[in-house]
Amino acid sequence: MVNTPQNGRRRAEVPEVPAMPGVDPTISRTLEVRDHTGTLRRWHLLDTGPWIAARGITPRGTLLAVHGNPTYSFLFRSLMREDIPWRLVAVDQLEMGWSERTGVKRRYQDRITDLSLLTDALSLRGPVVTIGHDWGGLISAGWALDNRHDLAGMVLTNTGVHQRLEESLPKALQLATTPGFRTAATSVTDAFIRTTLSLSRPALPAEVQDAYLAPYRTRGRRQGIDQFVADIPAAADHPSRTTLERVAEGIRELDVPTLFAWGPRDITFSDRFLRDLIQRVPHADVHRFEGASHLVWEDADVAGLVASWLEDRFGTPEAPRTSAPEWKPVSAHAEQAEHQPVAAPIARLAADPTTAHGPAVVEMPGDSGPGREISWSLLNRRVDDIAAGMLGHGVKPGDRVSLLITPGADLTAVLYACLRIGAVAVVADAGLGVDGLTRATIGSHPDWFIGIKRALTGARALGWPGRRISVEQLPTLDRTVLGVETSIAELARSGAQMRDLGAPLDAPWPDPDADAAILFTSGSTGPAKGAALTHRQLGAMFSAVGETLQLDPTRGLVAGFATFALLGPALGAPTVVPDMDITRPGELTATALARAVAALGEPAVFTAPAALRNILDTASELSAEDRAALARSASFFSAGAPIPAHLLRGLRDLMPQARALTPYGMTECLAVAAIDLEGIEAAGEGDGVCVGAPVPRVRIAIAVMDELGRTTGEITEDPGVRGEILVRAPHVRDRYLMLWGTTRTAMRFEGWHATGDVGHLDAEGRLWIEGRAGHVLATAEGLFTPVQVEEAAETVPTVRRAGAAAVGPRGTQQVVVILETEEGYRPGRAARPRAADASLQEAVRRAVREQSGAKVVAVFTTAALPTDIRHNSKIDRAALSRWSEQTLAGQKADAL
Amino acid sequence: MLGGAVAALLRDRGHTVRAFQRRPAGIESVEDRLGSLTEPQDVRRAVDGADAVVHLAAKVSLAGAEEEYRAINIEGTRHVLDAMRAQGGGHLVNVSSPSVAHLGAAIVGLDATPADPERARGPYARTKAAAELLAMGADGHDGMLVTSVRPHIVWGPGDTQLVGRIVDRAASGRLPLLDEGMALIDTTYVDNAASAIVAALDRIEDVHGESFVVTNGEPRTVRDVFHGWCDAAGVPRPTLRVPGKVARVAGRLVEKVWAVRPGQDEPPMTEFLAEQMSTAHWFDQRRTQERLQWTPSVSMDEGFEQVAAWYREHPVGS
Repeated sequence: MVNTPQNGRRRAEVPEVPAMPGVDPTISRTLEVRDHTGTLRRWHLLDTGPWIAARGITPRGTLLAVHGNPTYSFLFRSLMREDIPWRLVAVDQLEMGWSERTGVKRRYQDRITDLSLLTDALSLRGPVVTIGHDWGGLISAGWALDNRHDLAGMVLTNTGVHQRLEESLPKALQLATTPGFRTAATSVTDAFIRTTLSLSRPALPAEVQDAYLAPYRTRGRRQGIDQFVADIPAAADHPSRTTLERVAEGIRELDVPTLFAWGPRDITFSDRFLRDLIQRVPHADVHRFEGASHLVWEDADVAGLVASWLEDRFGTPEAPRTSAPEWKPVSAHAEQAEHQPVAAPIARLAADPTTAHGPAVVEMPGDSGPGREISWSLLNRRVDDIAAGMLGHGVKPGDRVSLLITPGADLTAVLYACLRIGAVAVVADAGLGVDGLTRATIGSHPDWFIGIKRALTGARALGWPGRRISVEQLPTLDRTVLGVETSIAELARSGAQMRDLGAPLDAPWPDPDADAAILFTSGSTGPAKGAALTHRQLGAMFSAVGETLQLDPTRGLVAGFATFALLGPALGAPTVVPDMDITRPGELTATALARAVAALGEPAVFTAPAALRNILDTASELSAEDRAALARSASFFSAGAPIPAHLLRGLRDLMPQARALTPYGMTECLAVAAIDLEGIEAAGEGDGVCVGAPVPRVRIAIAVMDELGRTTGEITEDPGVRGEILVRAPHVRDRYLMLWGTTRTAMRFEGWHATGDVGHLDAEGRLWIEGRAGHVLATAEGLFTPVQVEEAAETVPTVRRAGAAAVGPRGTQQVVVILETEEGYRPGRAARPRAADASLQEAVRRAVREQSGAKVVAVFTTAALPTDIRHNSKIDRAALSRWSEQTLAGQKADAL
Repeated sequence: MLGGAVAALLRDRGHTVRAFQRRPAGIESVEDRLGSLTEPQDVRRAVDGADAVVHLAAKVSLAGAEEEYRAINIEGTRHVLDAMRAQGGGHLVNVSSPSVAHLGAAIVGLDATPADPERARGPYARTKAAAELLAMGADGHDGMLVTSVRPHIVWGPGDTQLVGRIVDRAASGRLPLLDEGMALIDTTYVDNAASAIVAALDRIEDVHGESFVVTNGEPRTVRDVFHGWCDAAGVPRPTLRVPGKVARVAGRLVEKVWAVRPGQDEPPMTEFLAEQMSTAHWFDQRRTQERLQWTPSVSMDEGFEQVAAWYREHPVGS
C-alpha cells in the first residue's frame, strides 16, 4: 500500500510490474506525475532511453507510443530493436495496464492532458514521432496537435478519428457501447480482452495472451476498460465529442511525415476508418498487412516497417534527413514510349470511314451465350456515352472504380470509359476466387463498384465498399435489395440523350501521370497486390505488348485469356472472345478456339498457359474446317508462365503458320522478354527456362546474391551470374496500392523493379528464369534454384514432372524432390505424397547430383503436384516446402 | 565399434596406440590395457605416458540406474582428466553425443548447442552432458587442450548395438516405424566418425574449447535408414506402423515397468527412443567440416554396401 500525503487519501493497491515475455526488464519503469486533477499518479512505461544510451547512441528522436483499449505498452515491445535509433517511450495510460487505478473517470481531453503532463515531466523534447493504436491513436493525435513544436511525425495503426453519425459506428462497437452489455462485457467479465486477443491468426502464443490479460485479472482492474468504451463519443451530445471533432479536423493541418499501418481483419477499425484517415492526411504513407487483425502489431512485422519508414523519412542520428528522398517511379528511369491517351485509338478508328463499321469486339456464340459483334463506331459511341453518363452521375476523375464484369464488350466499354474520363479502374481477375476478390476489392478502397448481378449479390453479401452500379438494367426489387444506384445501360442512355441534345462528352484527356488503373497480381506468388499504373505506364504497357507481338491491327486478336480482351481497342485491333467460361481459361477447347480464329481470318491468338494441354487434348475433335481455320493463325502468344518447348511443338502442328511466342512478364511489368520456338531451339538446354531477349525499351539486370540467397546490393548485366531479376521499362507499375513496405522492397534498387524471380542472362543477352528468389535453395553445397533440381530430376525417364522444396535453415538447407511419375500421374487435386521406392530415389538422387551438384535427402511421389489456382501450371513450391518442413520434422503435415 | 575404428586409424597413421577397456579389444598392433573406468588407478595406468587421449568410454544403454551412469560417464571422465593432469596434461578428444543438447524438440539444421545436463533427456544424455562440461572446463588449464566431438548415431558393419538390434527386430516383425518414419535424421558411418575424431586430434591446437556435432552430412528419413539396414541384412522391411504419440506414451510406461522389473536386454521402447525415432534431428555441418578440415569419406550408400557385405559373411539367424 502506498500513502499519498498530497491528498491524504489511500490509493488503491499498486502491484509490482511483473516480467513480460519478450520485454527487457531494464526498459520497464514507473514514474509518479501529476494528472489533470493535480494529483500524483503512478504511470508505467517502457522506456528504451537508457538502453540506447548504453549503446553509445544519441537517439534520432523519441517515439511516443500510446496504446488503446484493452491493451497496454506491451503492444509496442517490438519497437525495441537495433535498427531503430530512436528512444521508445510507450506508456500505459492511467487506469490501464500497470499504471495506477485511480477511480477517476477520464474523458478524452483529460487523457490528452494527462499525457502532455507526463511528457513534460519526462522533459521530452522534439523531434517526437507519435505512435498510436486503437483509441490510443486519437489520444496520440491529440497530443500531436497540442505539442506541434516537438512533433516530427505520426504513425497510426488500426484507429479512427471520426465517426460521423451513430450508425457509422462499427457494429461491434454499437453493441459494446450499449450500457448494460458494455459493463457486462468489459469489466464484469474479461470477454472484451479475450475477444480482442482471439482475432489473431495464427493464434497468439499462450504467454503473449497471458501477458495481455495480466493487468486486467480482476474486475476492479478492468474498470478502465469500461470507462474507455463509455467515453466513445458516438452521440453528437457526448461530452468528448468536441475534442474528437477538434482532433479529427486538426490532423488535416499536420504536414509531418505520416504512416498508417493497418490490419484489415479488424471488426472495429475496418478499412472504412483507414479510408477516412487517408482523406484527412492524403500525403500519408500507407501499408495494409493483408490477413492481419486488430492487433496488427502482433500479427505483422509493423516494427520492421516502422524501422524502414523512420530511416527513409528521418535518416539516422549520424546522417539525419529532414525530407523524404524524392519519389521517382522505375518507369521514369526508362526509355519512354511515345505517349497517346490509351483510349485514343478507338476514337480514331471510329472517325475513319474505312474502319468505323469493322468489328471491334466479337463475342462468339455457344454454350456461354448468344454472341454479339460491336463495331468501332459503336464501341466509340458506347464508351463516350458511358463516360458522359458516369460524369453526369457523379463519377469524378481520380475516383477508384472497381470493375467486376465478365470480360467482353461490356467490360471493354466500361474500362475505356473510365480511362477516357480519368477514373481509376480497379481490375481483379475472377481467378482470385471469392476470398481473393473480396480482399482485393475491399483493399482497393473503391469509390464505385460496377458489376454484373452475381458480383453485386456477392458485394452486398460480403459487404464490399463503394456506391454500386449494375451492368444490366435490373428490376426495381433487385436494385433495392442490392443497393444499386443505376446501371451502365442507364448511364449509356443518359449519355446518349445528352449527345442527342447536342451536349456530347466534354472531358479533357487525363493527365498522363495520374493513376489509370489498379491491376491485382495473380496471387500465385503471395497475397494479391494491387499494382497502380499511370496512364503513361499503361499506354507504354499496351505499346510494349503490341510491338512484341507485332500485332497487326488489320488481323486482330483472339482473346482466349480474358485479360487480353482489353488489349485490342488500345492497339486498334479487333478482338474476338471464344465461346468459353472465362473463369476457367484452362478449359478452352480446340474447337472453340478454331471458330474464334475463323471469325477474324489470320489473327494473333492468346491463351492461358494452362489451356495449351487442353487444346492439344481436344484437337482430335476438330472438324476439317475448324482445323483449316486454326491453321491460318498468324501468331500465338500465351502469358502467365513460360511454356515448355514440347507443348509449343504440339501447337505448331495445329498452327503451322503461327509464330509461337512465349513471354516473360508480370502484372507489374507485363512484357519483359519474349522468345519464339526457333529461339528456344537455338538456346538449347541450360539452367532454367530461356525466355528470350528483352522486348523494346526493357532493360534487364541481375541482383547478385550471397550464399544465403540474399541480394548483396551489387547489380550486374554480365552473363552467367545468377540472382534476382531486375527490370526497367516505361511500363513498370508506379507502386503497389497501400503497400508502402512492399513498394520499398520492390524498388530497393534505384531505377529497377525487383521481380522476386531468380535467373541469369546468357552471353547472347537472353534471360533464363529459374524460379522464385524466395525459393532458392541455400544449401551447404551452395545456392541452387528449384528449376535446376527439377530439370535434373525430370531427366529420369519415369518422371513426368518434379517439384523441388527445401527444409531447414538457409545456408544448410536440405533438398527434397516431389514427383509426378508417368505411371502414377492422376490429374486433379494435389494428393498426399508418399515416399518413392528405393530405385526411383536412387535414380533421382544421382541425376540431381550429377547434373546440378545438389544433394537430395528425400524423394516423394504424388498423383498430382499442387499448382497455383490461377495459372494451373506453376508448381506451388511454397506449398511443397511447407509440406516437406512439417513431414520431415516428424509432424503432421497440412494437406497440399 | 567406434573405439576400434579410431584405434586402427591412429595405428595406421603410425601412432603408438593403447586401448583401455574391461575386455581385450583384440586390435592388431594395439596394446591392450585392461581395467575399469570407475577405478582411478586403472585409468592412471591407461593414460600413463600418453600425449593424447581419445575418451570414448561410456554407459550407453537406454535403461539402468542413474547412479551407474553417473559413476561411469561423469566420474569416469573425471578420472581421465585427473590422470592426465597428474602427468602434466595433454590433448583430449572427449567423445560426446548430440543428445547432450537435445531437449526433446525437433532439431532442424542446427549447429552444436551447449550441453545442458539439467534439461537433456534421460540419464545417458544428462550424464554425458555433465561429463562434456567437466571435460571442456579442463581445457586451457594444467597443460590440457580439450575438444568434444559428438558423432550422431554411429553405425557400420558388425555393429551389434544399433544395426544388429534393428535388423533382429525387423527379422521378427517387431520393428515399428513411427509416423511412417518420415522424420529426417542424421547418422554417421563409423569410419567417418573415426576420421572426424582423428581430425579433431590433429586440429586440437586450433579447435580446443569447441564442441562439434559430426554426421555423414546426408540426412535421411528414419524409414530410409531402416530400409537401408534391413535391405543390407536381407531381412524384410518394417511393416509395423505406430503413431509417434502412442510410442512416446508406451515408452514412458515401459520405462516405469523396467525401473521396477528390469528385463534381460534393453527395453523395447523408451520415451527417449520414441522421440529419436519420430522427430527430426539433423545438423548444420558447415562449422564442423570447416574447423576440423574434414569431410566424410564414406557415403550413406557406400556404408549400406559395407553393411551388406558384412551380412553376406554373417547371415542373420546363423
